[in-house]
Amino acid sequence: MVAATEELPLAKALNAGLRAALAADDRVLLMGEDIGTLGGVFRVTEGLQAEFGTNRVIDTPLAESGIVGSAIGLAMRGYRPVCEIQFDGFIYPAFDQITSQLAKFTARTAGAVPMPVVIRVPYGGHIGAVEHHQESPEAYFAHTAGLRVVSPSTPNDGYWMIQEAIASNDPVMFFEPKSRYWPKGPVDFALSAAPLHSTRVVRTGTDVTVIGHGAMVANLLQAAQVAADEGISIEVLDLRSLSPVDYGPILRSVEKTGRLVVCQEATGFASVGSEIAATVAERAFYSLESPVLRVSGFDTPYPASKIESFYLPDADRVLEAVDRALAF
Amino acid sequence: MKLAPTQKHEVSHVAEVSPAVQFLSIDGEFAPNEAAEEYLPYLQELDEADHRRFYTDMAVTRRFDEECTNLQRQGQMGLWPPSHGQEAAQVGSARAARAQDVIFPSYREHAVALVRGVDIVDIVKVMRGVSMGGWDATDPANGNFRNYCLVIGSQTLHATGYATGVRFDGAYATGNAESDIAVMAYFGDGATSQGDVSEAFVFSASGQNPQVFFLQNNHWAISVPVTTQSRTPLYLRAQGFGIPSVQIDGNDVLASYAASRKHLDDARAGGGPQLIEALTYRIGAHTTSDDPTRYQTPEQLAYWVARDPIIRFETYLRSQGADDAFFDEVHTQAEDFSADLRRRTLELGAPPLSTIFDNAYSEAHPVIDEQKAWLQAYESSLAEGA
Repeated sequence: MVAATEELPLAKALNAGLRAALAADDRVLLMGEDIGTLGGVFRVTEGLQAEFGTNRVIDTPLAESGIVGSAIGLAMRGYRPVCEIQFDGFIYPAFDQITSQLAKFTARTAGAVPMPVVIRVPYGGHIGAVEHHQESPEAYFAHTAGLRVVSPSTPNDGYWMIQEAIASNDPVMFFEPKSRYWPKGPVDFALSAAPLHSTRVVRTGTDVTVIGHGAMVANLLQAAQVAADEGISIEVLDLRSLSPVDYGPILRSVEKTGRLVVCQEATGFASVGSEIAATVAERAFYSLESPVLRVSGFDTPYPASKIESFYLPDADRVLEAVDRALAF
Repeated sequence: MKLAPTQKHEVSHVAEVSPAVQFLSIDGEFAPNEAAEEYLPYLQELDEADHRRFYTDMAVTRRFDEECTNLQRQGQMGLWPPSHGQEAAQVGSARAARAQDVIFPSYREHAVALVRGVDIVDIVKVMRGVSMGGWDATDPANGNFRNYCLVIGSQTLHATGYATGVRFDGAYATGNAESDIAVMAYFGDGATSQGDVSEAFVFSASGQNPQVFFLQNNHWAISVPVTTQSRTPLYLRAQGFGIPSVQIDGNDVLASYAASRKHLDDARAGGGPQLIEALTYRIGAHTTSDDPTRYQTPEQLAYWVARDPIIRFETYLRSQGADDAFFDEVHTQAEDFSADLRRRTLELGAPPLSTIFDNAYSEAHPVIDEQKAWLQAYESSLAEGA
């Protein structure tokens, strides 16, 4: 008997969510590199192959296009594949199968062939990794019609969102903030989290709205705490769904605070943050007291890890932007 | 089978290759070569009616394919990829597939579509720009013929995943050839250079999937000859992946049938993936956007026209007693089929604007709903203004 609430790290919460999905529907399959015996390089699938067998938790050959392309064929056969791409920077060999095939099949077949495929992608920096192991490629997929793109920031969201993603009949890109795999947080096994495609207010405030997703949310909460000590009230929003974006809570928050800072690890040009900034400017123009500001990774290749903390926006960089917003 | 002059020259360093499976000589004489011997039993399943059906399939395809090229030239289609010259490879393999088999085409398998029951006007819809996919591959009437795939080689991975699912379902190797499923993927010589095709070989061999890779080597990837794609005969490449393979005369419909029958049945019985390389030739252009006179010599064309699969089979059927009355009947059938296709093509209007949005996702999506409503309102406002 599992306790109703348990303190778990995100990696274990995802593991529990995957286990629940595998148990609930025998058409659910996990497939990827090193996810079986090893349990994945981040151990997210630990123990699942032993429990469900090698036909349910599949160690594939080392080829990302092959993983996604064959997942498409499995979906045509009625399966619900959950692919693991080992690291963010290794997703590009699968880009054609994701964008030209997976994303378009439902439209191409006039709805006759749905694509209930989830692609899990550990992403983002902060872990001192080498090249290709710290990227934030989510905008490519948010830009692609036919895909849904989400990213949990907490263990509780991880547990519930992975199950909702697997239950979806559309392809879902599931970005897991790898630096958040280890910190523990409460997981409520009884009460499901907010719907998959919803923005969540994680801290209320009145002066400035800050929004981000994945690992950025922890920075935003830290920034809000620091600001509160200085008498500035920051409202923190966890985007959770990058496509589609749930604008209701964002617009309501901006109508209240009049200021918005959009934060992300990804490079800023043509990013999810750019899109949110543009939409808020369109829809909440008369509520804004200052321009919508963006805090992003620089528009450079990801740097060597010893200096990644200068590349990645941290709480101080968020606060710098908050100060600029308030100065208007 | 002799290689075409250019290819023979280009691949002279692999001259030791065993000859391709062939039953019918280029003159239409039944003269199985040594490579064909093991496939002879599969021909014994066929009777005269089957032979005549093969011929009819090929002749009808040749005629409607020509009609579609004409329709494109007349501005009725954006594009048409002709199958002219490849009818034997396609009809033999398609007739060899059993009803429960699942076919993943590229985009030139018009004869396979015909054999599997797809309404050819559904292919026209794709090329005319009135539908993205054309036919509903989940409708049993379409013979498990999946939708065309325009990105070269992508479908080989979809076939591999589907065959993986068949394997997980245990829907093969039960000993019942009438229900055990094999999966067939069609692709061309150009596609063999794509990473996806190699990945499909790897995944399929790794899982020992029930599937056949049917490679139509038509010698050209638009304008680039097969010798640029490979310095080794393509069927040998499969063996490096642990996939048994055979090269056949793809312009011999009996060779295509027998080899496909055997290898599909081997795959469905649990023998793992198989590859057939059918040596054929694209007599026409890559698509109607192409001009083959820029890269193909008249000698090459003449060499392959002399190996026309339909004329060859006609000669054989005549030697077996088929008379003018039969061929006249087929001719009439092909003409009627094409006239009907032309008539129905010209009746195809633009699809409703709602189809831009309706199946972008399977489930409700707020952005799509909003944009669909916006376009409707915008179009209505223009109508009101007029």
